[in-house]
Amino acid sequence: MRNRIILAYTILLALVTISLFALEDNPAKAIMSLLNIGILIVPLVSSIFCTIYLYNSAEFIELLVAQPIRRSRLLWGVYLGMITALLIALLAGIGLPLLLLHPAATSLNLFFISCSLTIVFASLATLSAVLTRDKAKGIGLCLLLWFYFTFIFDGLVLLVLFQFADYPLDTAMIGMSMLNPIDMARIGMLLQLDISAMMGLTGALFQDFFGTGTGFFLIVLVMIVWMAFPILLAVRRFNHKDL
Amino acid sequence: MIRLLLLYILTVTAGAARAAIHLVKAGESIQAAINKAQPGDLIKVYPGTFREKGIQINKPLVLMGVDYPVLDGEKKYEILTITADHVVVQGFELIRSGYSSMNELAAIRIKEAAYVGIRNNRLNENFFGIYCQHARYAFIANNRIVSNGSSELEAGNGIHAWKSDHLVIQQNNITGHRDGIYFEFVTESTIAHNTSHKNIRYGLHFMFSHQDIYTNNTFSENGAGVAVMYSRQVTMYHNRFIDNWGSAAYGILLKEISDSKAAFNEFSRNTAAIYMEGSSRLNIYANRFNQNGYGIRIQASCDNNNISKNNFIANSFDIATNGSLVLNSFDGNYWDKYEGYDLNKDGIGDVPYRPLSLFALIVERNNSSMMLFRSPMVGLLERAEKIMPGITPEQLKDNKPQMKPLPL
Repeated sequence: MRNRIILAYTILLALVTISLFALEDNPAKAIMSLLNIGILIVPLVSSIFCTIYLYNSAEFIELLVAQPIRRSRLLWGVYLGMITALLIALLAGIGLPLLLLHPAATSLNLFFISCSLTIVFASLATLSAVLTRDKAKGIGLCLLLWFYFTFIFDGLVLLVLFQFADYPLDTAMIGMSMLNPIDMARIGMLLQLDISAMMGLTGALFQDFFGTGTGFFLIVLVMIVWMAFPILLAVRRFNHKDL
Repeated sequence: MIRLLLLYILTVTAGAARAAIHLVKAGESIQAAINKAQPGDLIKVYPGTFREKGIQINKPLVLMGVDYPVLDGEKKYEILTITADHVVVQGFELIRSGYSSMNELAAIRIKEAAYVGIRNNRLNENFFGIYCQHARYAFIANNRIVSNGSSELEAGNGIHAWKSDHLVIQQNNITGHRDGIYFEFVTESTIAHNTSHKNIRYGLHFMFSHQDIYTNNTFSENGAGVAVMYSRQVTMYHNRFIDNWGSAAYGILLKEISDSKAAFNEFSRNTAAIYMEGSSRLNIYANRFNQNGYGIRIQASCDNNNISKNNFIANSFDIATNGSLVLNSFDGNYWDKYEGYDLNKDGIGDVPYRPLSLFALIVERNNSSMMLFRSPMVGLLERAEKIMPGITPEQLKDNKPQMKPLPL
């Protein structure tokens, strides 16, 4: 744990988690606030940390490329190193406090959701760093991706919902939610937290779909695709990149 | 009134002790014993299985089962029909009453009789359980009523009362029927300490029944919760409405109800704890709403209702409505989502709370948008709406929100 940013990130997460549970006497509300951290802050830090790290160690990577190491192996190594550091930070910052303060299925779910979003956004960040040589552009692209998935996408969904309100969109919604890893993570959590409200019309459909074994398997599968696809693309690109 | 009735039944039982006692053993006929008995006699039935094709009790009697003798309707007949006043039936196991799509066959029918006591019986696999028709002053207690009907058509109601008054229904346990307890045109009756769970449709179904009281009952996991419709002056105290889930399930559905009270009830984990439609002058206070999808769905057709001193904790939505007209008051509740402050430390928040969230309104208009619940985007919209209410009705607010949960 030599990296100061990771250390600060860990402490921040731990502080937020502990203080949320200390301030809220209702654990469900604390989990809800923590969910916001999980789907906003965690992806943001993950993407910024990864892009900055990759650009800062660009020269070191160039040096290593000169060595007899396969390029794909080099990028995988850097990538795995970054996500390991981020996941350790999550484990210490969210996982352990949750285990001590509120050991429940929702906590476990929240932890796994944060982990998978970390990996997804680390992959996206690696891809944007590999795609652009300019540091500012790369970080900008990465931030734009984060902004798109957290805000713009949901805004578009809302727009579509009201523009096509006369059509049965329930099944289409399930498809649309798969296009956004943050939405997938959020819905996975909602099915646990707001189960009673979700039992309303559309919610029941979601519950029928995602609440079953196949649905859960599908959520995991889609998340794995979201984790793997950008990094595989990045590795492919990096192999042929003119450094 | 309960006490009077109890006293009454006690006197009937005590009187019967002086009267003749007829014993019926396995293999003998209960109907024959009834025909032979004088009014006021006691008929003791010993264990055994009795397959009589419908027993008629047409004179005041006490019919007492010893160690639960079984009365079997063989899925063809109504088992017991009571047509006389002052009858007590206790300690029987009544099974397999007839099923008919024409007649509502029951295990026990009270037909145009008064002062009838039905207690400590076990009813299994019957079409209708206990059927009160033009019954008055009946006392139905401590019965365990179980059925395993699979659809609304195949199952009857556990306790069915029609055009009756002054009934006391207490400490019964009803499960697996169409409606646990069904009231139609029943007035001045009491339903207390019953448990009605896992019924196919409603745990309690109330229609055109005025001046009734129900207290300390538990209604859980029923297909659609509890429905109270077209009634006046209903009092609902200390009931528990739990785990009623489904797209059309409510803790309690209040439709066209007026001048009634609901207080000290607990609503936990229902899709909608209270759904109100066309109701007026209701006083809803000191209830606990925990972890429901919706706390109260109040349609714009409701007026002059007073919702106060309730605790709203961990509900996905506290209030939802379908229009912009607000004729109800929501003052003095505790809302766990309240974010205001209390400068003068009097325990009451200084800024009003608006319990209707913008998103609840969006979902009401477009059901599919439930997918975006708790999205940061929606959070932003909500914040903006909270600061400058433009879409949510301006008057829907709690002017005196409590800072701390009320001790309930």
